[in-house]
Amino acid sequence: MSRDVKGTYKAQSSRKEEVKGTYKAQSAAASRRKTSDADTGAGTHGHRRPTTRMVPVPSESIVPERDVDKSPILECRHLGIDFGGLRAVDDFNLMIGRTEIAGLIGPNGAGKTTVFNLLTKVYAPTRGTIMLDGVDTAGMDTPKVSQAGIARTFQNIRLFDSLTVEDNVRIGLHNQIKCGMWSGMLRLPRHWVSEKEFHDRSLELLDVFHMADNANDIAGSLPYGAQRRLEIVRALATNPKLLLLDEPAAGMNPSETSELMDNIVRIRDMFNIAILLIEHDMDLVMGICEGIAVLNFGKIIAKGTPHDIQNNPQVIEAYLGKQDEGE
Amino acid sequence: MGKLKNLNPITRSNIITYVMVVILYAVMQALLSAKVISSSTAGLLVPITAYICLSISLNLVVGISGELSLGHAGFMSVGAFTGVIVASMLAGSISIGWVRLLVSMLVGGAFAGLAGFVVGVPVMRLHGDYLAIVTLAFGEIIKNLLNNLYAGFDANGLHLSMTSAQALGMEGGKIVINGPQGAVGIMKLSNFTMGFLLMLFTLFVVLNLVNSRTGRAIMAVRDNRIAAESVGINTTKYRLIAFVVSAALAGMAGALYAQNFSSIVPKKFDFNTSILILVFVVLGGMGNIRGGIIAAIVLTILPEKLRFIGDFRMLMYAIVLIAVMLITNNRAIQSKIADMRERLRRRGDDKAALAIDAEGGAEHE
Repeated sequence: MSRDVKGTYKAQSSRKEEVKGTYKAQSAAASRRKTSDADTGAGTHGHRRPTTRMVPVPSESIVPERDVDKSPILECRHLGIDFGGLRAVDDFNLMIGRTEIAGLIGPNGAGKTTVFNLLTKVYAPTRGTIMLDGVDTAGMDTPKVSQAGIARTFQNIRLFDSLTVEDNVRIGLHNQIKCGMWSGMLRLPRHWVSEKEFHDRSLELLDVFHMADNANDIAGSLPYGAQRRLEIVRALATNPKLLLLDEPAAGMNPSETSELMDNIVRIRDMFNIAILLIEHDMDLVMGICEGIAVLNFGKIIAKGTPHDIQNNPQVIEAYLGKQDEGE
Repeated sequence: MGKLKNLNPITRSNIITYVMVVILYAVMQALLSAKVISSSTAGLLVPITAYICLSISLNLVVGISGELSLGHAGFMSVGAFTGVIVASMLAGSISIGWVRLLVSMLVGGAFAGLAGFVVGVPVMRLHGDYLAIVTLAFGEIIKNLLNNLYAGFDANGLHLSMTSAQALGMEGGKIVINGPQGAVGIMKLSNFTMGFLLMLFTLFVVLNLVNSRTGRAIMAVRDNRIAAESVGINTTKYRLIAFVVSAALAGMAGALYAQNFSSIVPKKFDFNTSILILVFVVLGGMGNIRGGIIAAIVLTILPEKLRFIGDFRMLMYAIVLIAVMLITNNRAIQSKIADMRERLRRRGDDKAALAIDAEGGAEHE
């Protein structure tokens, strides 16, 4: 099996060589063309340049049909990061429609969470650009990106454990409702107005997941599934345009997972946002994701609808290895 | 009593803290006027209130913001010496003692807050042990700067020097701070009531700050920095806010503390004092403001009351510390206390239920 995989890998790399070869050939041809153009240009003074035929660049990007006339919410171009000599993510191109539920899948260690960390600027990208709703996020740090409209949950739950459920959501609302330090410290009227608003809005958000009854519980004492839901509520509280869910169904049983699937779709429809999720549970991914990107060794190897992905030989190869043709 | 139970648990806890402080003050005042307590204990009252303020303010950094700061005495000394200078300069213009003390505390607090900001900006790039080490260093730097500070004022105004008293170039006037000899000839303006008021003010500021949007952000950074950043909280800003507010409150307490004595030296505000304040906080429970108050009282009185055993008193002090730590961290004892609380509450609930039943019954009839 391992030899097979190695073989595949070699085959892949040799194919890459081939591709490179054609590219070289192309560029050589281009340079040849250029020189010939120059020659002809020198000869005819009236028409310095012959008319160049312009062609549309084929785009690999896909978005749901309903979002095609609106600007995409997220557009990554040639995104990449190196850790020392390791290219953790390379040439990552992705476009997400305004109300799309997108999936990012791939074998363990493919770089999925690294992509999330790049999108939220936990890591600064080595290459490429991230456009959020038409705005380049270069130079922003994590809090700025959150204010710009990307919210996320974490693979290993990160709640404010010692605070109450309601306080967790209130902290999520931090940038939605403003109240300065002095008004809080001296209990000026602004404080009371904002606290009322904090309370009402956090209960409203908790109600989305029917958690309003747990508002006064300590977040760290909640059962696992509720902690995952609270993390999503807290992320929604930041009023995002794009919600990143990192393995939302990890550790859930099938019935909890199917409830989560309904909830994810419901959130999208309620808040009218785009969702990008990383998940290993294929029932969930194939069940609710509209567009799926498959990542392997830091590169996107396939993009498409669940149906395309399921039948893509490269994806099957990445997950299961290649079958030896000789056998 | 029933109303108190219906309140939000945090509000209720805060009210209990305020009430506790007020009762303590009332009892001590009564004892003072009845002349029951000795003059040596009475002399401890102002230092105790100052230490309580320091304990509350350090709790903001250690308990609420979750950073170990070992330079709190440094900020206290900035407030103390600024306060002494301001008070002696205003001696001519403001004749009412407590107003002068108030102004000196405010100015002292402002300068200590400024020092906190200057120290905090580089220090807040660090976390954990590194932050503790750097704050320790800054505490020592402040102490040594004050050790070399000469200040005096004459008809031309305030003179400051870092070399010697002669370099001040005074024409008559009065030297307020004389280098390593510290501040001498301080007018004793502090009293127990002013200490009590500062204590209330410190409590008010810290408790309000903790239960506000700013305080929640500070606690969010403490609980999980990465998550706090992911919801758009500027972590450095909120850690710095906690640090500066804490420094400013320490400065006010320092001004109160210094003006309880006729002279005070910079050496008083060394590493040991920082540790002493930290011990109040840790012993009272990090983030537990009420515990910090009680610890400050007990640990200030204890060494004085143990004077009769001479050299053994520091040993006893250490034993008490260790014993408290062990006992409060013992699972068996913790569950016993929790049991007792539960039983008490149930008894209270039974009574309340009975009362409600009786009322309901009365309505039915």
